[in-house]
Amino acid sequence: MKSIKEKHPLATRWAHWINFPVLTIMIWSGMLIYWANDVYSFTLFGHTFFRFFPDPVYNFFDIPHRLAEGMAFHFLFMWFFAVNGFLYVLYTAISGEWRLLLPNRHSFKEAWLVLLHDLHIRKMLPPQNKYNAAQRIAYTSIIIMGLGSLITGLAIYKPVQFYWLTWLCGGYHWARIEHFILTIGYVLFFVIHIVQVIIAGWNNFRSVISGFEIVREKPTTDIKIIEDEKPIQ
Amino acid sequence: MKNPSSKKPAEKILSQKQINRRNFIAFTGFIGFNALAFGAWRWLYKSPVEKSGITAGARKPLRRALDQNELLLRKTFSNDHLVKTYPKSMADPNVRVNSEIGIDDTGFDSKNWSLIVNKKDGSKLQLSLQEIMALPKTEIVYDFKCVEGWDQISYWGGLRFSDFIAHYNLQEEAKLQYVGMATPDKAYYVGLDMPSAMHPQTLLAYEVNGLPLPVKHGQPLRLIIPVKYGIKNLKRIGTISFSDQRLPDYWAEQGYDYYSGL
Repeated sequence: MKSIKEKHPLATRWAHWINFPVLTIMIWSGMLIYWANDVYSFTLFGHTFFRFFPDPVYNFFDIPHRLAEGMAFHFLFMWFFAVNGFLYVLYTAISGEWRLLLPNRHSFKEAWLVLLHDLHIRKMLPPQNKYNAAQRIAYTSIIIMGLGSLITGLAIYKPVQFYWLTWLCGGYHWARIEHFILTIGYVLFFVIHIVQVIIAGWNNFRSVISGFEIVREKPTTDIKIIEDEKPIQ
Repeated sequence: MKNPSSKKPAEKILSQKQINRRNFIAFTGFIGFNALAFGAWRWLYKSPVEKSGITAGARKPLRRALDQNELLLRKTFSNDHLVKTYPKSMADPNVRVNSEIGIDDTGFDSKNWSLIVNKKDGSKLQLSLQEIMALPKTEIVYDFKCVEGWDQISYWGGLRFSDFIAHYNLQEEAKLQYVGMATPDKAYYVGLDMPSAMHPQTLLAYEVNGLPLPVKHGQPLRLIIPVKYGIKNLKRIGTISFSDQRLPDYWAEQGYDYYSGL
């Protein structure tokens, strides 16, 4: 007998695993589009640290000269990305899961302690519920980023019809830059996410597929009162 | 106050058999979902490319998606949705040249040029630049947007397309659904939906930065259609035609969206 704890609702798991391939296709097709005008770089104080993207990266993913193809894929899969994200947010709002996910007033201070713990600087983790403070911030930010991608994306896609969205993004030129930065953000999120999942181990990973975690190999009810211990009179 | 975060989710005691059963169902579902998703992707990625026609070069399901997007999003199109305009001082003096398809004929002389308008009844209208320039001029300074992703604020002057339609009594033609324009050598051509062509900011332009168009920008007359990507802004218009069927479009034959609307 084992003691298990229900962790991730079915809807959350579906949304997560649908989003993964869809976002991958969006990033890939986005790169096909970006290639046609690949002017962005990471430059600080006049020194360029990184150009998006070096030729080996383009060649590895077979990116060059596929703009039309990229647009065609991007403008189909954007619907799946948007609908899946919308359904996830709707479910989270209605089910009450949002209470476990939204950062609260302690989260920002606690997230710092979580970070110190994860970097092996601090031994203790602050007390946590299903998600720790850093997770709350990360999993809420990623949803806001998703919304940001939709808004900046629409602002580039139809800058005349949705002129107010383009205005909100600071104009067409900036909307494209913001759309790109958000995508880089997903890639960074992905890297950290994968490292954390590997560290957290199998029990945690399985819970994103089958929904539950095993908390104890032997259930608590197995604890027996030892014979020679007498209650204090 | 009900707050599920304050109470720990209940623990359940399951036998190894029950756990295995749940894992089996979940993992089978997960693998099945992945196989299905992968299969769907292979199907889409390997789906046949359109045979040459008005649109070509795109995978058929993706072309359907592009066309459906247009049908849905054209509902948001309005003549009241204007492209943002800027003061002349913000216009870039060096207007970018991205393509010379259709204007690379070195033997071309704009003095011998005239605009041919193919009317609905089969007759032709032949117009000189002077006739077009004699009509009221409209100017626009806006952010020109290329399908490649760059944009540039540029300043154009010319005859508003809707004014052109009204002046030459082409109202019957304007009731048709599409306009087509081609360079004199027919090497470059665009097809436009009528609402976009009739948008108040669409110009038959003969000036850039206040000066007559140089050859590289489409001398003597070009299309400036701010509600479309640059690929639709045909340089050196030779003919204008009207139809209820979609008219040929250079880039739509290369896998790009036929409408390319903004």
